[in-house]
Amino acid sequence: MSFVQALLEAIESLNGNKMRSGLTVLGIVIGVAAVIAMLAVGNGAQASITGSISSIGTNLLFVFKGGSNNGPRQGPGVRSGNNDRPLTLSDATAIADHFAAPSVASVAPAIQGNGTLSFGGEKSTTTITGVTPDYFAVRNLQLAEGDFVNQEHMLGRMSVIVLGSKAADNLFGRHDGVVGESIRVDGQPFRVIGVLIAKGGGSFGSEDGNAYVPFTTAQARLFKRAAHDEIDVLYVQATTAEAVPQASDEISNILRQRHRTPIGADDFTVITQQDFLKTFATITGVLTIFLGGVAGISLLVGGIGIMNIMLVSVTERTREIGLRKALGARKKDILLQFLTESSLLSLIGGIIGILFGWLIAFAIGKIATATGNNFVPIVGTDAILLSTSFSAAIGLFFGIYPASRAASLEPVEALRYE
Amino acid sequence: MDWVIEARDIVKTYKMGEFDVQALRGVSFNIRRGEVVSIMGPSGSGKSTMMNTLGCLDRPTSGEYILDGESVGQMDDDQLASVRNRKVGFVFQSFNLLSRLTALGNVELPLRYSGVTEGRRERAKAALEAVGLKDRMTHRPYELSGGQQQRVAVARSLVNNPAIIMADEPTGNLDSKVGKEIMSLLLNLNKDLGTTLIIVTHDPIIAQQTQRVIRLRDGELESSGEEKEAVQQ
Repeated sequence: MSFVQALLEAIESLNGNKMRSGLTVLGIVIGVAAVIAMLAVGNGAQASITGSISSIGTNLLFVFKGGSNNGPRQGPGVRSGNNDRPLTLSDATAIADHFAAPSVASVAPAIQGNGTLSFGGEKSTTTITGVTPDYFAVRNLQLAEGDFVNQEHMLGRMSVIVLGSKAADNLFGRHDGVVGESIRVDGQPFRVIGVLIAKGGGSFGSEDGNAYVPFTTAQARLFKRAAHDEIDVLYVQATTAEAVPQASDEISNILRQRHRTPIGADDFTVITQQDFLKTFATITGVLTIFLGGVAGISLLVGGIGIMNIMLVSVTERTREIGLRKALGARKKDILLQFLTESSLLSLIGGIIGILFGWLIAFAIGKIATATGNNFVPIVGTDAILLSTSFSAAIGLFFGIYPASRAASLEPVEALRYE
Repeated sequence: MDWVIEARDIVKTYKMGEFDVQALRGVSFNIRRGEVVSIMGPSGSGKSTMMNTLGCLDRPTSGEYILDGESVGQMDDDQLASVRNRKVGFVFQSFNLLSRLTALGNVELPLRYSGVTEGRRERAKAALEAVGLKDRMTHRPYELSGGQQQRVAVARSLVNNPAIIMADEPTGNLDSKVGKEIMSLLLNLNKDLGTTLIIVTHDPIIAQQTQRVIRLRDGELESSGEEKEAVQQ
């Protein structure tokens, strides 16, 4: 019996029991749709996170004080009690030397601390970063209005402040037309000279609530540091994204020399944007596998549903199988007949499931957009291929047992079956 | 002599738990090509086992069975399926039609398994015409009367031009009038096509219409009916 014939007969037979076939297909539909939707959500999350990390600039490096092998890394602004040498402004100057570090484009040292901003009756506590003019370009910031910190502000240690969009919102209830207003930072008067455009989430969470003051001002008036030129974090921009590993090596060599640390006992840590990307790719990858795995279980349950129905069908049609054998059907004819039926069930379920899963992913994207999250689920061809081949395999796998049971029936026994 | 069936010392033993039950204890007989034979015997006589063996649905435990020149005894399942397909047509007491298929579809079924692709529909139509169901071809079994259903079954049994037709109580589920019609249909087909007809029955009226009666009792051959012919000659 040819395959086309087997297919036609399978359609005929499934059509003869629409309700049952439909419910069996539903199991696979839900399974495949869940796999597609979950993988789409996972991929979307990955794309969204890597996208926002990339928006910071892929050629960015972060240099922190404290070695990566000295236990938990000291965060920015946290004073550590160990013997690590702090990063200093002269470290920054050394790294900015084009001859010592040709892969480094620019360097932006920063010190950070918490401060309370107040305007009128409004008060909010936020992270205040002391920055140099280079910070603007290195961190890829954009202004909504006004200006950023410039050299003049630096030299004059002027009391000027640039607000993140959310910081402006918190104080003024708006983030436009606030340039020129005077606010207080820990009680000292500061003039707002600029407001930044919202950037959304980044590798350290959202920085939209932060405020920026000139480095020298922060050093002299806001944060009292023991060593005068001590800095918390050093943002380094490599010349190109490809030059990042090279820049990382150059920075490490310079700092090792300057700090005179033994090899393998660095008292600083260089983190690249690629490191973040890798870390988050690993996290979202695990998340995707987890989601897909949970959805895969429902696909498995759908497959067991197919097996169940096929077993019932074989029992019900014992006489039919006996008759077919009496008329000359060989084992493989019967096997093919039942395998075709189970594969057809899972195939139909797979196709509907793909459409359905696509719809779910689309709906999730719409909901995410409506609630203000920049998140688009991505239905990948890999997810489609994976779930179709998985559901076809399930149809075959769970069809084989019932089909072989049907094929191995003795014609005499089967014909006598009531 | 042109034998279509040669059965030599057919023994069939079933295992029933611990015990072996001998359904056939060495039965031998021959059937000529074109002959109409009935097999009779009380229940438990091995009648059904004999039919299953002759119809190649089952293998004898020992003994030799030659059907249309082919020794069937040692064939494997798929070879037996092929022999059934080419050489045996079955007519069952309960018709055994597939309710999903039309009359035509049912008659086509044996051709599907013999790999015939061309002219399948025509051959099935011809078979249905031969049993007088020309205008019922697209009907499904539940739209047909019992007699019509059995006619479809007869058409199915002869569509592959088999060497023998095995009819197991072909009139058992029909009233006597329709039963007579089916019997005369079978006998006419035998006359026209020369197909050997073997009818398993316990109805003496049916047996009377056949040329020879093979009687079984307790798994042994009581009489092969040959002496009746000898006497007549």
